[in-house]
Amino acid sequence: MKHLKKIMLLIAVLGVSACTDPGRFGPGAGGAGAGAGAGLGGAASDPRSPEYFRQTVGDRVHFAVDQSTLSPEARATLDGQAQWLLDNPEYSAIIEGHADERGTREYNLALGARRAAAVKEYLVARGVAGTRLSTVSYGKERPIAICSEESCYAQNRRAVTVITAGGGV
Amino acid sequence: MSIKRILPLLVVVLAGLGALSSGPLTAQERPGPLRIVIDEGVIEPLPFAVPDFIAENGAAREYAARITRIVAADLQGTGLFREIPKEAFISSVTSFDAPVQFGDWKAINAQALITGAVSVSGRRLTVKFRLYDVFSGAPLGKGLQFAGTTASWRRMGHKVADAVYSRITGEGPYFDSRVAFIAESGPKNARVKRLAIMDYDGANVQYLTDGRALVLAPRFSPAGDRLLYTSYESGFPRVYLLDLGSLRRRALDEQPGTMSFAPRFSPDGRTVLLSLSVGGNTDIYSLDLATGKRRRLTSAPSIEIAPSFSPDGRQIVFTSDRSGSSQLYIMPAGGGEPRRISRGKGRYNTPVWSPRGDLIAFTKQNKGRFHIGVMQIDGTEERLLTSSFLDEGPTWAPNGRVIMFTRETAGAGGTSALYTVDTSGRNLRRVPMQGAASDPAWSPLLK
Repeated sequence: MKHLKKIMLLIAVLGVSACTDPGRFGPGAGGAGAGAGAGLGGAASDPRSPEYFRQTVGDRVHFAVDQSTLSPEARATLDGQAQWLLDNPEYSAIIEGHADERGTREYNLALGARRAAAVKEYLVARGVAGTRLSTVSYGKERPIAICSEESCYAQNRRAVTVITAGGGV
Repeated sequence: MSIKRILPLLVVVLAGLGALSSGPLTAQERPGPLRIVIDEGVIEPLPFAVPDFIAENGAAREYAARITRIVAADLQGTGLFREIPKEAFISSVTSFDAPVQFGDWKAINAQALITGAVSVSGRRLTVKFRLYDVFSGAPLGKGLQFAGTTASWRRMGHKVADAVYSRITGEGPYFDSRVAFIAESGPKNARVKRLAIMDYDGANVQYLTDGRALVLAPRFSPAGDRLLYTSYESGFPRVYLLDLGSLRRRALDEQPGTMSFAPRFSPDGRTVLLSLSVGGNTDIYSLDLATGKRRRLTSAPSIEIAPSFSPDGRQIVFTSDRSGSSQLYIMPAGGGEPRRISRGKGRYNTPVWSPRGDLIAFTKQNKGRFHIGVMQIDGTEERLLTSSFLDEGPTWAPNGRVIMFTRETAGAGGTSALYTVDTSGRNLRRVPMQGAASDPAWSPLLK
């Protein structure tokens, strides 16, 4: 039954998303941008839904300039993420690391990788199996806020935990 | 897409046009006024005249004037030459072999005169040209003839301009070259990026990917026949190798849980350097293309990225933030103790070794501005060539005298464009092309 659910989820998602984003729920930055992203994530009122994770648990943490250190606020968010992932073992997650536009493309890719890894390490330390978590860096390629001011940069320096189908191996 | 559209077949016949050759004088050996030395401080552009090349038969008519325009645009675009408009001409050139009326060209202060003729037979196009030093009343170098297909007519113009440029400056040619880049479209928060290739002057754009997967930062192989680039088509950034002839491609590094990017070829084209992120830590690796054997060249908890070989293949310049901010380092090609070369304030990234071996170009970030700069390989004599909201990613022209880079404008509507600048900091120009573009990679001179 569990397998069937997993397969159906995969089919549903693959049917509508780009081939590069298998099984993602919600607007991970790998997708088309900052759309509402509901629908496939289930009802936001259902605590077991990826949409609940996104809206209520909080799917992202932010970083200071050129840093990958987790702030107390980020740790609190990640504690919630870890608990949700422990409660919902049928899901995995891709952690996306991002940077603001004030850096070169390649350095920002490496910086985003650091940020994603910092989140993964924290979640693993909180008991989430590392096999359920993968990381990817988008560097400065996928900003969610597009002004060239600190207010936007602060939003873009982020790591987003994107829930995917499947409980890992 | 066929091989011919990517790399148009060009048969080049370098034939001295015997009757008018003036002996084996090169620009370096030659005394007299027709000479530009690029390192000299202020350059007054050298006035030249290039009357429309003669169409030697009916089929050549549609090409002759257009090829002449390529020659003029290439030379004028260097900032080292100034074209005299044809309205000023006293003489007209009606035959390639007619004697030159030097007095008429002197009178309008043309220091260099370029004459040419074009003939077409079927799909075969032949261009011949002569360069004259007007004030000494003699040809400069031998007349030359280039032959190719009609489809490659623009390259004929570039070949003529390259010969003229080299004879007058003593520098290597670079107009007959291509640029791989990332074509950009769409809004800033949903940018579509496609791998593309074009002539160095923005003409003949061809798209190599369809935009479904994010692609970044192509690099040319030393022979110009292959590209490395980074693509997210697997969902994760990975380095791909694309053969421009067959358009076949393969992923170079497919280890799950890792990301690879910022690749570059070795000078012999057999090895690829790339930056690999494992568990959030990015280091530099080399990959033997034939055997697939991988070797780790750096192992530090800091970020090590963006390696570039010296032209002799013995050293690698790269970026590391081991000191707390991004700086440039050089290490032996096989790895080993790196030495820091960047010394100024600010952060340094994307170092690229000049094909001449004498300079390293880089991106510098300081006090909220971005610069393209060059320094000696020991880190001395740093010169910032540009300054803007965001300049990055220098790539060298084949002759090591010109740098192309990405300039991005600020704000919600910010877009990217390609620019060129001389290593002297002169002649900043936007590459004329339609649509936004980033991440240029200059090819070697075409064969």
